[in-house]
Amino acid sequence: MKRFLAAGLGILALLAAPATSLAQSPGSPGPAPSPAWQDVLDEARGQTVYFHAWGGEPRINAYIQWAAREVEQAHDVRVVHVKTTDTASVVSQVLAEKSVGKFSGGAVDLVWINGENFAAMKDTGLLQSQGWATSLPNWQYVDVESKPTVKIDFTVPTDGLESPWGMAKLVFMHDTARLAVPPSTLQGLLDFARKNPGRFAYPQPPNFYGTTFLKQALAQTVTDPAVLSRPVKDADFETVTAPLFAFLDELHPLLWRQGKAFPKDAAHMRQLLADGELDIAFSFNPSDASAAIANGELPDTVRTFVLDGGTIGNTHFVAIPFNSSNAAGAKVFADFLMSPLAQSRKQDPEIWGDPTVLNVASLPESEKARFDRLDLGVATLTPEELGPVLPEPQPSWVSALETAWEARYGAGGE
Amino acid sequence: MTKAAGLRTIPALVTVCLLAGPVLAGLAGTVLPAFGYLPVLGYGSLSLEPFRQLSAEPGLVRSVALSFGTGLVASLLSLAIVLAFAAGWYGTATFRRISRLLSPLLSVPHAAAAIGLAFLIAPSGFAVRLFSPWATGWTRPPDLLIVQDPMGMAMTLGLVAKEVPFLFLMTLAALNRPHVRDYFKAGESLGYGRMAVFFTIVLPQIYPLIRLPVLAVIAYSTSVVDVATILGSTTPPPLAPRLVSWMNDPDLEMRLMASAGALLQLMLSTAAIATYLALETVASAFARASATRGRRRQADGAARRTALGVMFIVIAAMILSIALLVLWAAAKSWWFPAALPQHWSLERAGNAFILGLPALTSTLALAGLAAVIATSLTIWLMEAQGRSGNGSQRRLKLFIFLPLLLPQVSFLFGLQMLFLVFGLGGSFLSVLLAHLVFVFPYAFLSLSDPWQRLDPRYEKAAAALGASRARIFWQVRLPILLRPVLVTLAVAAAVSVGQYLPTLMIGAGRIVTVTTESVALASGGNRQFAALYAVLQLIIPLAGFSLAAAVPAVVYRNRAALRPALF
Repeated sequence: MKRFLAAGLGILALLAAPATSLAQSPGSPGPAPSPAWQDVLDEARGQTVYFHAWGGEPRINAYIQWAAREVEQAHDVRVVHVKTTDTASVVSQVLAEKSVGKFSGGAVDLVWINGENFAAMKDTGLLQSQGWATSLPNWQYVDVESKPTVKIDFTVPTDGLESPWGMAKLVFMHDTARLAVPPSTLQGLLDFARKNPGRFAYPQPPNFYGTTFLKQALAQTVTDPAVLSRPVKDADFETVTAPLFAFLDELHPLLWRQGKAFPKDAAHMRQLLADGELDIAFSFNPSDASAAIANGELPDTVRTFVLDGGTIGNTHFVAIPFNSSNAAGAKVFADFLMSPLAQSRKQDPEIWGDPTVLNVASLPESEKARFDRLDLGVATLTPEELGPVLPEPQPSWVSALETAWEARYGAGGE
Repeated sequence: MTKAAGLRTIPALVTVCLLAGPVLAGLAGTVLPAFGYLPVLGYGSLSLEPFRQLSAEPGLVRSVALSFGTGLVASLLSLAIVLAFAAGWYGTATFRRISRLLSPLLSVPHAAAAIGLAFLIAPSGFAVRLFSPWATGWTRPPDLLIVQDPMGMAMTLGLVAKEVPFLFLMTLAALNRPHVRDYFKAGESLGYGRMAVFFTIVLPQIYPLIRLPVLAVIAYSTSVVDVATILGSTTPPPLAPRLVSWMNDPDLEMRLMASAGALLQLMLSTAAIATYLALETVASAFARASATRGRRRQADGAARRTALGVMFIVIAAMILSIALLVLWAAAKSWWFPAALPQHWSLERAGNAFILGLPALTSTLALAGLAAVIATSLTIWLMEAQGRSGNGSQRRLKLFIFLPLLLPQVSFLFGLQMLFLVFGLGGSFLSVLLAHLVFVFPYAFLSLSDPWQRLDPRYEKAAAALGASRARIFWQVRLPILLRPVLVTLAVAAAVSVGQYLPTLMIGAGRIVTVTTESVALASGGNRQFAALYAVLQLIIPLAGFSLAAAVPAVVYRNRAALRPALF
């Protein structure tokens, strides 16, 4: 009953949204827009923005749909969510367009991106000219002080080529009904797997979540973490990764399906945790467990934990390809995604539960209240409990790790 | 050239351009990059480097073996199940009932069937839940490798579940020829068992009609992408899904290797077809030898019951899978070992349906247009060709079926690059064209036989009464053939709805259908949404087949002779 009530209120809120957005365009609190931004708004009017974003998570898809409706009403910008299965294919698509000389009217106007894909697009000149992200009106609220990853993406400076959208940090989940005390170290995880074979798994690299697990294990097994912030060609890959692969060699026979099959991604792991196939799953979203409990995907006995010494964390962004013909519309949408309204909604576990990139303390009182009202859910750790953030390795490590992994474990022993 | 001859060649020319054009252009666009030639990306010299890189890929031999094995075994199994069942039960009430069940199952798109099957057979799936924990003692799902097993057995099952309805309907159409029942009577009066009659007398006569569909099934099964993504192994995956991921790699040099891989896929599918043809020769020699011995094989009761049992299992698995999809679409929480959902949420299903409307609309537009164009073209072609069975027609048939006998990836890669170069990628029209390439052969397959089998005396009688050609067509032939025409429209629409790879590659992500959405969501692992979209995938083909069944019944409610009679 309560759920229905909440849904009813949600629908009411949706109906009321256009009324409030007429009074004040959402996402641009405060004074009238600057002349430069007004030019962008004028140019954006009537444009259709093709936003290429991973489409495997219904909650996120619904959120994007909501954001699209808002900017259409406020700024007359239509946003079409192109649901991709893999961001690498978007990079490939834009690169192919550049190669055949398609310098305008590209298929992609905005892409959800970070890490190696961003580095690849930046390297090959596939992105809009410098500095647009930092000139967006809502950039002023971005927490550049205590969230350095909003400007440095996997060790690569963003140079304003991408606009921060949300924060990610690797967290693990366990069902207290079956596992009361979760392991707190990598070695502890291995011991757990030894006692409970088949009850832990990670997605198969190059899936984003699988690769993140590899990076976490690498960061915690490497002897000198400093090598990870430099390109892989400057390091002795074999030696640096030897402890990692020793760990994985031990872990694999103890994995779910003895490491012969892998979950597809975080949502699949969540499903397996709910069904009792797994005892430990993980996510890149600290409030994932609360969000999943809220919408019935996980039982309410699930809790979140992290490993001692910290877990990998980063920021995810949106970027505009060089040949987009709707760059103005894309900027308007990117700015809206960064707005306190959109960010606070995104952080609500009932909606998505993705942490904000903003400095909440710096917001005007009325905007700050949106965040203060949020209930982060029973299974979400406090910022203190979340522990330190381990930096992402330099992007070139990713493909080196993935290639080595595939040769070792992905080829069926050939 | 006379005027009449000219008129007859125009539709043939249109057909050849529409089908062979994209296929041959696409093949060229795949062959050249495979040898290192792709000037638009800056690769200007011919070399064998892409093949060298391909051969260095870890696990390549396993991938190839997996594609070859699963594809060939699934095709042979499907054929065996269909033929054994037809042999044992043709002409019985059971046969009629089963064929009524199988026709709608044909409309289930591959991806939806695979998702449903995964729900059914996984260790935490419905089958295990029914017996847990009271019979199995499992309070938690067993750690068994069933879905995505390295041997590809789940994938083979998924393919069998989908190909059995297709081959069955092809066999049914072939059995619809005149005199088949007389053969059965003749055989039985000579003292042969039912199955012996089928295999020694009937099959040799109808086999030429089902041979081509069998070859198409082999080509398809050895190169399938969506079923392999959902049910196939990933350590390593079969060849076709690997090709797609190489093609999408941000490192564009991988496209050369992917093209080389597409040629390998072409060889693989050709080898599978060649293997089948070799088996066919052996089987027919064996059958001839057995026929001359004249053994009556009357005690075929056990064999008949086995054939029925296997067929029953296939149908039950399909129907259960679909029922599970519907249940999952409305389930909020459904955790092991509950056999029914713990919490329902129709509200979320409703929301998802609204979110899915744009995809549903474009799917409907594509399917509707593709079906109408393909069916009209088929009718035009057959009206123009008349009933003259000659060499040129056989060559035309080869062109028509070319897209079905080649693996999709082998020419879609090249086609994608061509569309990109000409700035046509991502448009509705280019996706429609790509769909037509695959839809038209099925439309032709479905309609050509009933059209050509229509008794020519109707036409002669009408002509003798002074009716013009146009009038004969509109008032005599088309009304009599309304049912097969509608069924063809439904088949064509279903084929269009099921297209995953062509929509994805040619549509550049801008043309979204319920099938591309459902594979994207299945990749995310949220069962409720994957199921919802799979159900959306079912809606259009099911509506099509229902209409095809209902319309003639209504239109001909007072025309007893025109009302559908299955046999």
